[in-house]
Amino acid sequence: MAEWWTYRPSDFLMFSPRIYWRLFESINLFAWPLQPLLIAAGLGWLRLQSRGPAGTAGTAGPTWWRRTAGVLARVLALVLALVLALVLSLCWLFVAWAFLWQRFAPIQWVATGYATAFALQGAGWLVLAWQDGLRASTEVARRRIGTGLGLWALLAHPLLALADGRPWQQAEVFGLAPDPTAIGTLAVLLLVRAEAARTRAWLRLLWLVPLGWCAVSAATLATMGSWQAAVPLAAAALAAATARWGR
Amino acid sequence: MRTLAPDPQRRLCLHACAGAAVASAVPAKGQAQAPSAPLTRRVPSSGEALPVIGLGSWITFNVGQDGAARDACTQVVKAFFADGGRLIDSSPMYGSSQPTIGHALQQLGQPPALFSAEKVWISDVARGQAQIEASRLHWGVPRFDLMQVHNLLSWQLHLPRLLEMKASGRLRYVGITTSEGRRHAQIEEVMRTQPIDFVQISYNLLDREVEQRVLPLAQERGIAVLVNRPFREGALLRQLARHRLPAWAADIDCTHWAQVALKFVVTHPAVTCAIPATSQVVHLRQNMAAARGRMPDAALRERMARDVAAL
Repeated sequence: MAEWWTYRPSDFLMFSPRIYWRLFESINLFAWPLQPLLIAAGLGWLRLQSRGPAGTAGTAGPTWWRRTAGVLARVLALVLALVLALVLSLCWLFVAWAFLWQRFAPIQWVATGYATAFALQGAGWLVLAWQDGLRASTEVARRRIGTGLGLWALLAHPLLALADGRPWQQAEVFGLAPDPTAIGTLAVLLLVRAEAARTRAWLRLLWLVPLGWCAVSAATLATMGSWQAAVPLAAAALAAATARWGR
Repeated sequence: MRTLAPDPQRRLCLHACAGAAVASAVPAKGQAQAPSAPLTRRVPSSGEALPVIGLGSWITFNVGQDGAARDACTQVVKAFFADGGRLIDSSPMYGSSQPTIGHALQQLGQPPALFSAEKVWISDVARGQAQIEASRLHWGVPRFDLMQVHNLLSWQLHLPRLLEMKASGRLRYVGITTSEGRRHAQIEEVMRTQPIDFVQISYNLLDREVEQRVLPLAQERGIAVLVNRPFREGALLRQLARHRLPAWAADIDCTHWAQVALKFVVTHPAVTCAIPATSQVVHLRQNMAAARGRMPDAALRERMARDVAAL
């Protein structure tokens, strides 16, 4: 491609916006009724996270009870972390297979590469599930921005279809569509921390694909002429800035 | 072949008026066309007549697994043949466009009028035959009429094989393509040195570089010309939609800007067929109407380009 400078982003957009948005209609039809279950599970996890790090502070009663409560809280936190990692893993794997591979790849060659990246991210969460447990972040900024991004991914992002004048059947739902899945995962990455060095390193790796996807999606949507391009871009920038400077 | 009476009073004439001496620009003889038949041009290397409006498939037919969209494309193909169309162009690069075309052709019972124009688009020439065969299976045709080297990719190695296929009857025509004004020097080199039947280039009211060298060379060498991106992938029509049609549009029986853009392209004496793409029957019919009615002469063509550039 000697004349590479003559190419524009639109030269690589080989599908129409109409067909792109209809992909979400197709995945929603295929996955129903997972949508309310995924949203409810996500909100439930956010609610539990909002209580802060697991511990026995504030627990009243005799010593044996405080010790028992402490053990139960730690077990609950470990189970929740395990479930979180497993569910996130399944979500990324599902998006890789059902959306990117089966639906997007037939109209966009590079989507097979996106699917591979999503599958690797899913495998990454699967590995994390069997490492040392995750803890809730103690940093206020991370907790606030993380909760905000989580609520966006679960509740606000599906409404963008309606805001854009598209039918509600084309709603992008966390766990089924790539954008809210990536944004929701960035929220999780802000809301958790790890004590073991190896787990912390693994968590840092898990930032790459969601941030990369947000950039890819923003570029794709911008080329399509959609104002929605600003959403993944803003979410990625906010999450990255909070992770870097937030306390 | 339909003949339209030239009308010098209104500076209108047949498509061939600017280059009547050129074989490619002369209406095919011996065909008594009904008044509603589309205008045709000859393929210089064979004399075969082709309607001047074909059907492209870039983006519009790339609908993936979407059954409703695929059915809509079938309706577009059906309307295309009903309006007298013949040439459909695609490429392995166009995502799922080939299976979409194949589905439409199957639904329509393999219309005998079809002129199938495909491309080979692969760096590894050894895999070129396999790619062509995969394309053929997608289309569901016994053989392709025209096989083009897409964007000149490995053309030095692909062309001999395609010419061999043509010689053995597995193809009818061989060509090369480029788009958006790229690699014109190389295109010219191939046109000068290789026995190709077709060249595909981008040409429209605003992108007219090919008028300088490529189109005259095609006339000189007797090479048929397919024109892609006559609407600049729709951007030209979106831009023009903000403006009312000029008065001269009625003189050439244009009721939409798409017809203005297409009549400008297909009345260049070197052009054989323009291949606009659409996924809507209403737009298809507007496009096909550009192959009918009165056509602009050279002077009006210049004015069309000048007026549109000034908008």
